[in-house]
Amino acid sequence: MTLLPKAALALGAVLLSTLPAAAQQSWKPTRPIEFVVTSGAGGGTDVFARAVQAAINKHDLVPTSVVVTNKGGGSGVEGFVYGTGAKGDPHKVIFGTNNAWTLPMVAKTSWTTDNFTPVAIMAFDEFMLWTKADGPYKTAAEFVAAAREKPGTLRMGGSQTHDTDQTLTVLIEKAAKIQLKYIPYQGGGQVGVQLAGGHVEANTNNPSESIGGWRGGQVKPVCVFRKEPFPPGPKVTETQGWSDVPTCASQGIPVEEFNMPRTIFLPPGVPAAAQAYWADVFRRASETPEWKDYVARTNQNGRFVSGDEMRQVIKKEEAETRAIFAEAGWLVK
Amino acid sequence: MLANLDALMHGFTVALTGYHIMLMVGGVLLGILVGVLPGLGAPNGVTLMLPLTFSMDPVSAIILLTSLYWGALFGGSTTSILFNIPGEPSSVATTFDGYPMARQGRATEALTFAFLSAGFGALVGIIVITLLSSAVASFALRFGPPEYFAVYALAFASFVAFGGGAPVKTIVALCLGFGFGMVGTDTVSGSMRLTFGLDELIRGISFLVVVIGLFGLGELLLTIEEGPEFKGASGRIDPRAMLRAAARMPRYWFAMLRGSAVGVWMGITPGGPTAASFMSYGIARRTSRNRENFGKGEPEGVIAPETADHSAGTAAMLPMLSLGIPGSATAAVMLGGLMIWGLNPGPMLFIEQRDFVWGMIASMYLGNVIGVVLVLATVPLFAAMLSVSFSIIGPIIVTVCMVGAYTVAGAPFDLWLAVAFGAIGYMMKKLDYPMAPLILAMVIGDKAEDAFRQSMLSSGGSVGILWSNWLSGTLVTLAILFLLWPFLALLLGRRNAAEVAISPDAGHEETRA
Repeated sequence: MTLLPKAALALGAVLLSTLPAAAQQSWKPTRPIEFVVTSGAGGGTDVFARAVQAAINKHDLVPTSVVVTNKGGGSGVEGFVYGTGAKGDPHKVIFGTNNAWTLPMVAKTSWTTDNFTPVAIMAFDEFMLWTKADGPYKTAAEFVAAAREKPGTLRMGGSQTHDTDQTLTVLIEKAAKIQLKYIPYQGGGQVGVQLAGGHVEANTNNPSESIGGWRGGQVKPVCVFRKEPFPPGPKVTETQGWSDVPTCASQGIPVEEFNMPRTIFLPPGVPAAAQAYWADVFRRASETPEWKDYVARTNQNGRFVSGDEMRQVIKKEEAETRAIFAEAGWLVK
Repeated sequence: MLANLDALMHGFTVALTGYHIMLMVGGVLLGILVGVLPGLGAPNGVTLMLPLTFSMDPVSAIILLTSLYWGALFGGSTTSILFNIPGEPSSVATTFDGYPMARQGRATEALTFAFLSAGFGALVGIIVITLLSSAVASFALRFGPPEYFAVYALAFASFVAFGGGAPVKTIVALCLGFGFGMVGTDTVSGSMRLTFGLDELIRGISFLVVVIGLFGLGELLLTIEEGPEFKGASGRIDPRAMLRAAARMPRYWFAMLRGSAVGVWMGITPGGPTAASFMSYGIARRTSRNRENFGKGEPEGVIAPETADHSAGTAAMLPMLSLGIPGSATAAVMLGGLMIWGLNPGPMLFIEQRDFVWGMIASMYLGNVIGVVLVLATVPLFAAMLSVSFSIIGPIIVTVCMVGAYTVAGAPFDLWLAVAFGAIGYMMKKLDYPMAPLILAMVIGDKAEDAFRQSMLSSGGSVGILWSNWLSGTLVTLAILFLLWPFLALLLGRRNAAEVAISPDAGHEETRA
């Protein structure tokens, strides 16, 4: 009599211990998947997540359905808070940028980057310096010269406070030894239009945020924050292509390289098998023609990074950003 | 202009296919459903449909999404009028006179007025887009922070200064609205405000949740206390009432034109449909011949916000396409769609994607006509809901409200917020505090603050920037005049009173001031 329950318990214990082991070998989604976007609908991260969703749907890369939800409140804090709440659930996938590690630096958040399980970086969005097409600054060098002449008067528009745009503005100021006036708006699209209307003198939009304005003759890119100019490609306007834009370093703004990773995380405490599963799915998604088309159209760098390499990228970026933020006095606490 | 008409004809050849008309009907029907349910507004509806459009041709995709938007704009007015629960934020102003009309048993009439004037407003908006697309787009480029602030200030002043009621209570409601609107991340400094360390408050308090609480739940609490019957609301369906109301529409031609003008202006600048409807209501209440009836069931009080709401909604499509400025939350989602379909909003869109742009504009004519017809067909159905016993409809409304509050952000916390605002709404009604200023302050207070501080950043702290060009200067001056109007009227009134005091029977004249 007394043996039986013990045996049952032992059996149960064996079963329990084997179950997670089995799960570790392979994991597959069994329920609908939620792509949590840390920006509002229509934002850059939203378009990123939906492009991935479209590629995954088209090629049946996952067995269950995928829903995209926008949790962009508090510059994306909302999405990460939601992710923290979904501890251990690999059916929730969080899409972001470097906001995954910059937000905890500038705002009091209940989570840190280390809480989340890194899955992949699917692209790096480039940054360019833009001026008004018919404005007084034809080149980046002219812009720098004007800024040096009248310190602190030229207005630089950006999409938020204490974000990549403002970080880049600080780097530009330091590198070119100039002073600008940073004005935060809401989103790159708005900043592009503000430049087209002449309400700011320059901005640091991503190529995709201002391509429409460039083609329409409202704004123009004067330099790109890359080591080398873009490789030759098709013309964007009637006379110019992305490759015609010089590097900023050659224009007297020695910021060699600046870009923004498009990141994907899983909630804290998910099994390693799920992490591997998703890294594989996104790797395959990044090889689809739909994804390649998105990357080409938005003129991003489609380098795919996952696993330990991603951890290193994050570590390096985080340290660099922290140093800049500390000097600018943006860190909380 | 003629070239535009030519392009429009071409657009009709794109839009007038069986498949596209089917998409329009489907989109409008879905939209009406989405619009009727509070919380599940047009932005949510369009977001939900977005993945479906990935495999579509861009023209078909935008036709489906815009039709859904028109449907939602129409449907949003239905619950405003019947239950005092705005289905869409831009339908809040429709409750002011629509709901009193329903309570007097004139629900059919109010709904007919609302839908017909909405259709009229939409038509005006589309005609402006068709004829003036290029001029309007370059005008929108003139709007920097000072101009934005001026637009918001004018919308605000034209509504608030024209309001009745105790000034102190209005100010209290305004301050509450500004306070609630401030919760969350501050755009300019990037810091958290009024979140009390709660993660749930980081994204701010959704204006939709507040509307659901104040209007929906608050109204229900009041109904329960006053007796579980919708007073005087007659559920009798009378198709002739619809026809009679329709026949009376032309009488309000001036109100419709005025509302459309306000709407087009706010759609292009872009202040958005919600601010447009408030502004239009405010101006109508001030300038109408029937101003004494406003708030008591005056048809013009339904027509003014409805025309403005729809003309703003349609006109806002222009800055979205030509500049990439979303004039409303829904337009922002559609912008994201544009990028996914591989289109870049910008001036070139009109030249390179003629099929897309003009097909869409042509579909706006058709979609809105379909919208008016379909939504009018639902009038008897919705009016019949009023005859259902409160013990059945009451719980349904609570359920719909709570589902709506949850859908806004998928956050359980919002349910508690809605309940709390329900209690606040009940108390405000009991104590006779106006709720409209609170809502308006929430809608535009936050944006106006951003615009003001951005202006101050670029001017280095000088208020003079608001008068640095004729555009913002005129708007700000007008806003200040509007705000001071009650005092000016008082002064003028006093002088008039003094002048006419000689004649013995002039005493009644001054009561107006």
